Amino acid sequence: MAITDTSAPQGSAWVRLAVVACVTAVLLAGSFYLYQLSQPVFGAILLALATGFAIIFGAKRYYGARFIFPGVAAVLIFIAFPVAYTIYIGFTNYSSFNLLSYERTIEVLTARSSVDASTEQPFAVAAEDDAYRIWLPESGLLSDVVSLQDAQSAALTPANAPAVLLDRRDAIKLRSGLQALTLTTPDGTVIQNAGLRTFASLTPDFVRTGPDELTKSDGTILMANHETGFFVDQAGENVPPGWRVTIGWDNFARVFQSEGIRQPMVSVFIWTFFFATASVVLTFGIGLTLAVILQWPHLRFKALYRILLILPYAVPAFISILVFRGLFNQNFGEINLILEALFGIRPNWFTDGNLARAMVLIVNTWLGYPYMMLLAMGFLQSVPEDHKKAAALEGASALRVFFTITLPQIIPPFLPLLIASFAFNFNNLVLVFLLTRGLPDIPGTIIPAGETDILASFTYRLAFDNAGQQFGLAGAITLLIFLVVAAISYANFVAMRRAAQRRSGRANL
Amino acid sequence: MIVERPRDLMVKKICAHGFMIFFLALILFPFLVVLSISFREGNFSVGSIIPQNPTLEHWWLAFGMDYTRADGTVVTPPYPVLLWMWNSIKIGLIAGFGVLAIATVSAYAFSRIRIRGKGAMLDGLFLIQMFPTTLALVAIYAIFDALGEVTPIMGLNSHVALVVIYLAAVTLHIWTIKGYFDSIDTALDKAAAIDGATPWQTFRYIFLPLAVPIMSVVFVLAFIGFVNDYPIASVLIRSEDKMTLAVGSRLYLNEFKYLWGDFAAAAILSGLPITVVFLIAQKYLVSGLSDGAVKG
Repeated sequence: MAITDTSAPQGSAWVRLAVVACVTAVLLAGSFYLYQLSQPVFGAILLALATGFAIIFGAKRYYGARFIFPGVAAVLIFIAFPVAYTIYIGFTNYSSFNLLSYERTIEVLTARSSVDASTEQPFAVAAEDDAYRIWLPESGLLSDVVSLQDAQSAALTPANAPAVLLDRRDAIKLRSGLQALTLTTPDGTVIQNAGLRTFASLTPDFVRTGPDELTKSDGTILMANHETGFFVDQAGENVPPGWRVTIGWDNFARVFQSEGIRQPMVSVFIWTFFFATASVVLTFGIGLTLAVILQWPHLRFKALYRILLILPYAVPAFISILVFRGLFNQNFGEINLILEALFGIRPNWFTDGNLARAMVLIVNTWLGYPYMMLLAMGFLQSVPEDHKKAAALEGASALRVFFTITLPQIIPPFLPLLIASFAFNFNNLVLVFLLTRGLPDIPGTIIPAGETDILASFTYRLAFDNAGQQFGLAGAITLLIFLVVAAISYANFVAMRRAAQRRSGRANL
Repeated sequence: MIVERPRDLMVKKICAHGFMIFFLALILFPFLVVLSISFREGNFSVGSIIPQNPTLEHWWLAFGMDYTRADGTVVTPPYPVLLWMWNSIKIGLIAGFGVLAIATVSAYAFSRIRIRGKGAMLDGLFLIQMFPTTLALVAIYAIFDALGEVTPIMGLNSHVALVVIYLAAVTLHIWTIKGYFDSIDTALDKAAAIDGATPWQTFRYIFLPLAVPIMSVVFVLAFIGFVNDYPIASVLIRSEDKMTLAVGSRLYLNEFKYLWGDFAAAAILSGLPITVVFLIAQKYLVSGLSDGAVKG
C-alpha cells in the first residue's frame, strides 16, 4: 500500500510551493482586477483568500489547518459574508430609486440628451461594398463612407441621391453602429441618430461642471447630496436616478416609527411565531402518534404503512405545494368541488385571511409530519422495554405508560430537533411563497403585507416583488430576523449540549 | 401490554388498521387527484375523479412534443419541462460534488486533526448553520448583480453563480459526515500513524474508502436539496431557458394562464425520479440527522 512510502522526496515540496505560488498569483491578479473595476469589497475578499491560502498551504507548520481551510473559507465567504452584507444593506438607501453607484449615476444623467426639433430629419442608408453611406433626403446631403462598426464621425457633402437605398428593416439592423455615429454638416452642425428614423442635433441635458455639480441645459445647477443619494436642483427637488449611500439608522427608524410599516409588521411577526409554533406542535403530535402506532408489535403491514406515510416527505416540496395550490383553488379546485358535493360549502381559501392561514397550516402539517414520524420512530426504539413492562405490571394503563415513561425519555433528545424545526418553519419562505404569495393583503398598509406573510416572505416581497424594490428596508428587517434566529440558534445549541451531556452521563454510569 | 386478551387485541388491531387506512386515504388524496388530472381533458376540473375521456395530451406536452387533438388542432408545449429538468440535474450534480468534496475534507479535519480553536470553530459552525441562505437573499442578489458587471459568468441569470452560492450548504453536511468519522475506531489512524502515514495519507487511503456509503448519502441529500431550492434560484435566474424545475413549475399556475392539467403531468414526470431517489436514501438521512444532533 502507498502508505508505506512516507519520506516525501524533497522535489515534491518544491512542486507544492510552485503550485501554491501559482494559485496565489492568480487570486491576487483577480483581486487587483476587481479592485480596478471599483469592486473593492470583492477585491478585499479575494485578497484575504489569497493570503490565507498562501500562508496555510505554504508553511509546513499549518499542515493541520489545510484540511479545515476549504470548509472555513466556504462558510465565511458564502454564509458569513452575505449575512454581513445584508446587514450593511440595511443601513443604505439601496432601492430601485437608488440603484447605481455615484459614478454610474453621473454617466446616466450626462448621457441623456434632448433632440433639437429644427434639425431633425429622416435618413436612409446606402450600402457600398462592405461599408455604408448615410443619405439625408431633406437637405440632400450624403456622408463619407462609414463602416458602422464602432464609434465614428464623418462629414456630409451635398450630392445626388444614391441609386439603391437599404430597406428600412435592414437599416434598423445597423442600429448599434448608427447610434455611435456623429455626422458633421457643411455648416458645422453635429448631428446624431435620434431614433429609428431620424438624425438630429442633440444637446446633452446635463453637463458635469464640478466634482459634485451638474449644470442642466437650461442653466440650473444641480448639487450632489451625499446624505440622500440624489442630485438636488435649486428648488430642492430630487432629480432621479439616485445612487446608493449609507443612511444610518433611517431604515430602522422607518420600521419602528412609520405606522403604515409597523402595524403590518407586528401582525406578520405574530403570525410568523404562531405559524412556526403551530407547525411544530401539529407535525410533532401527528408524527409521534403515528410512530407509536407503527411501533405496536401486533400491527401487520408495518413496512407498507411506513413507506406510504413518508411519501409526502419524499415528493419535492415545490411540487406538492403547487399541487395544493391547485387543489385548494376556490373556483375549480378539487377540494372545493368535494366540499360542495358533501356539505354544500365553497370556502374562500385564498381571499379569507383566516381560511388562508388555516390552509397554510394544513399544507405544512401534511408536508412536515413524516419527518417527525421518522425521528420519533428512531427515538422510541431507544426507550428500554423493561421500564415499560415494569410500569405495566404495576397496573399502569398504556396511555399512562406513554406519558410517564416514554415521553419524558424521548423529549430531551428530541428538543434540539424541535427547535431546529421551529427555526426552519420560522423562515419557511418556499411554502408561503408558492402557496399564497402572502395573500390576501392586509388592508391599509403602505408596504405590501399579507395575512399569510411570514417575516421571510414579507421581506422577499419588499425586496423583489413590488415596484419599489426596497432592498435597504428589506435588509433592515432581515437584521431583525437575524436576531430572532440567533436567539433560536443559541437555544438549540444549549439544548443540544444538554442532550449530549445526558447521553455521556448515562454512558458513564 | 404483556398479556392481552385475544378479543381486546382483535378490537385494537381493527382500530389501528382502520385509523391507518383512513389517515392514508386523506394523505394520499392529492397524489391520486393529480394522477387523474394528468389524464383528464382540458385544464379545468370537472366533477369526476376517474377521467371520462382519458387523454395523453398533457403527457405529450410534458415530454416537449406537440399534440394533435382529435379535431385536428395542434397544441404546443407551454414550457420546456425537460430543459428545466436538465438544468436542475446539471446544477444539482455539480454543486453536489462541490459540497461533498469540501464537507468530507472538513469533516475529517474536525473529527481527527488537532488544531487550536477547533472547539470554538465547531460551535461557530453550529450557530452559523442555523442561518439559512434564504435570509441573505437581498445580499446575494446585490453581490451577483455587482459581480455581473465584472463578468456575466458570475452575474444574475447564470448557472455558475447558482452553483457557487449553493456551496453554502456545506455546513449541514459537515455534521453528518463528521458523525460518521467519529464512529470509526481511532485504532485505525494510530496504526496508520505508526506505519508513518501523514494525516493526508490516512484520510486518502483509510477514511475515504470507509466513508463511501455516507458520502453517497450526503451527495444524494445535497442533490435533492439543490433541486428543491426555490428562493435562491428564483432571485438569481430570470430567463425561461435558464430556469430550474422549482422556479419554472410555478409558471403553470399563473392566475392569468392556469394550466392545471399540463402542470399535473409535468409534476409527476419531474417529481417521480426525485421521489424514488429520496425513498431509497431516506433511512440514512434520518439516522444522520438524529446522530448529528445528539453527538455534537
